[in-house]
Amino acid sequence: MPRGTVRIDEERCKGCGLCIAACPQQVLGFSGELNHSGYNVVHMERPSACVGCAFCAMTCPDIAIEVYRQKVPAQS
Amino acid sequence: MGKRDLLRGNEVIAEAAIRAGCQCYFAYPITPQAELLEHMARNMPRLGRTFVQAESEIAAVSMVYGAAAAGVRTMTSSSSPGISLKQEGISYLAGSNLPAVIVNVVRGGPGLGDIAPSQCDYFQATKGGGHGDYHMIVLAPSTVPEAGELTMLAFELADRYRTPVMILTDGLLGQMMEPVELPEPIDPASIPAKPWATTGASGRDPNIILSFDLDPEVLRQMNLDLQAKYRRIEEAELRYEETMTEDADLVIAAHGTMARIAETVVRRAREEGLKVGLFRPITVWPFPYEPLRELSSHVSTVLTVEMSAGQMWEDVRLAVAERAATPFYGEMGGIVPTPRDILSEVRKHAG
Amino acid sequence: MQVETADMVKVFSRPQSLTAAKSTYCPGCHHGILTRIIGKTIDELGIAERTVCIAPVGCSVFAYNWYRCDAIQAAHGRASAVATGVKRADPNLIVFAYQGDGDFASIGTAESIHAANRGENITVIFVNNQVYGMTGGEMAPTSLVHQKTTTTPAGRDPAQVGYPIRFSEMIAQLDAPTYITRQALFDTRRILDTEEAIKKAFENQVNEKGYSLVEVLSTCPTNWRMSPIASNKHVADVVTEVFPLGDLVDRR
Ligand SMILES: Cc1ncc(C[n+]2csc(CCOP(=O)(O)OP(=O)(O)O)c2C)c(N)n1
Ligand code: SF4
Ligand code: SF4
Repeated sequence: MPRGTVRIDEERCKGCGLCIAACPQQVLGFSGELNHSGYNVVHMERPSACVGCAFCAMTCPDIAIEVYRQKVPAQS
Repeated sequence: MGKRDLLRGNEVIAEAAIRAGCQCYFAYPITPQAELLEHMARNMPRLGRTFVQAESEIAAVSMVYGAAAAGVRTMTSSSSPGISLKQEGISYLAGSNLPAVIVNVVRGGPGLGDIAPSQCDYFQATKGGGHGDYHMIVLAPSTVPEAGELTMLAFELADRYRTPVMILTDGLLGQMMEPVELPEPIDPASIPAKPWATTGASGRDPNIILSFDLDPEVLRQMNLDLQAKYRRIEEAELRYEETMTEDADLVIAAHGTMARIAETVVRRAREEGLKVGLFRPITVWPFPYEPLRELSSHVSTVLTVEMSAGQMWEDVRLAVAERAATPFYGEMGGIVPTPRDILSEVRKHAG
Repeated sequence: MQVETADMVKVFSRPQSLTAAKSTYCPGCHHGILTRIIGKTIDELGIAERTVCIAPVGCSVFAYNWYRCDAIQAAHGRASAVATGVKRADPNLIVFAYQGDGDFASIGTAESIHAANRGENITVIFVNNQVYGMTGGEMAPTSLVHQKTTTTPAGRDPAQVGYPIRFSEMIAQLDAPTYITRQALFDTRRILDTEEAIKKAFENQVNEKGYSLVEVLSTCPTNWRMSPIASNKHVADVVTEVFPLGDLVDRR
């Protein structure tokens, strides 16, 4: 499994929780921190479990998530 | 050119629109403007331009809205009940500062009314009609050749001020055949550039066409800008005609077809020795208040004659105030007052 | 958060064709997902410089703010007619109308059907959330039987106000349309399907194939009075029973 990570734009996040439900690896959870709009924003609860599948980002209505994936070494 | 053709008012308006560079025409059939629609149906596709018979007048004016936003010269035409349906679109055109030409070949109303000529849509045309604080330039031709000239002008003014412009006429002029020398086609290069149009955001920031803002401060400013534009139009675009007013004691105020009939009345009255003149607004919005006010201080009577219950009459009274008597003579329901009817009215007041 | 970029590649980011504007939609509302998908499609087809968005009246009235392309805000229900006007004025433009169910399938019924029947070479995105979002949750033509809305407080009673209208099926009866499909966004698979459908709908226009309509079953957590997650489940379990997913017409 490649390793991945996500970057969440906390000011865009509206705390809807759709990404949490979409993540097959249960990586995300509510941080308990409020952003300037007063939304409880999402963070990575289990960063090491992220595989960079981007399901969370696909479902985020506020396009608050960027996804990174570990570079896979070229096939020899 | 220089050739004179025998054409109906409706055809002349259509042909003038084509010669003014109208690229897209959208309309829904209604009497008495069918010849206009038919002329466009025959000629626009032949010229590689757009003719669409829309599903309704609402759709037609919405298509005009889209085409105007995309930066082309565009027109729709209809008659009274159809123009009522276009009010939504006209309000949006005005609010979004879009140039377009709308032709109303007025018929008797209210409701379905009849198909006979009338001027009963004057209020609707000049006082707003749709919702919001807006006006459109309204041009009222009184002869078939003038219908052509004013149609050309309508496109020019629409572009100059980014505003809807209406040609307000009626079935009489629409159906009447007169010899006309059609206006020369414009040079398409003379159409002003439209850097605001939605032509694709290539090499520039996106252009957005809209009539609203939820912030009252911003919407207020949009309204102030509109009003400033209307003041500029009032300054620069008043058009009217005076006939034999220099020594007149009684002036007939009439627009469009009615003014043409009134001209005959003026001639006959003069033959009888009555000092009668004619004041004819060509732009009914902006209404020529000042010139009429000026004129009214030299006459004893301004007799308004209309094919309505007295709509332009209100503007005449606003202009004249107490300077002269302001009687009214009108017919409704598609009845056209004859010169004889008007003359006997004139005799009454010319005393 | 720190992201090591030395060995990490960005695999998902905001589409280039979207502006930086924050959305005005409620938390969890599917309008936002659709916005991203449309932006992504415009990116992939490289058409931003010739695309014109027709924004409706409804919660997506601000759609003109979301895309880095020209846009026109249309009167309620008239977006398909306005799109017709733009496309006829300049057929080289890529014109898409984005319309809610009240806009498209109620007040705009005539404009919607006739644009489809003329086979206008435009793309229409029809957002079916079974409610009038913007005005506070009134009944939409698509509201489900027994659905409680602010104007059907006891639930939609078919004896009084009829049944949910399957507008795409109505349009599918016409000969002219090229592509009509109904999609949803309640899970990743459906999101990917919708991405594919919307791309097809734009490609059809680029290739001058004619009218394409993508109906998208959407949520309105606010007016449904459900959480975003419960809303997704409601679409999956209940709404799709009334509005089945899939292609209705594909004549490419
Ligand atoms: C002519 C007109 N009638 C009514 C309205 C009020 N109005 C604004 S949005 C709307 C309904 C929008 O519902 P829908 O199209 O389903 O979009 P949603 O908000 O659910 O995304 C209505 C009725 C209006 N703006 N204009
Ligand atoms: S889906 Fe987006 S907006 Fe919703 S909680 Fe996750 S990051 Fe925030
Ligand atoms: S009211 Fe409903 S449709 Fe409108 S933004 Fe909110 S959730 Fe979305």
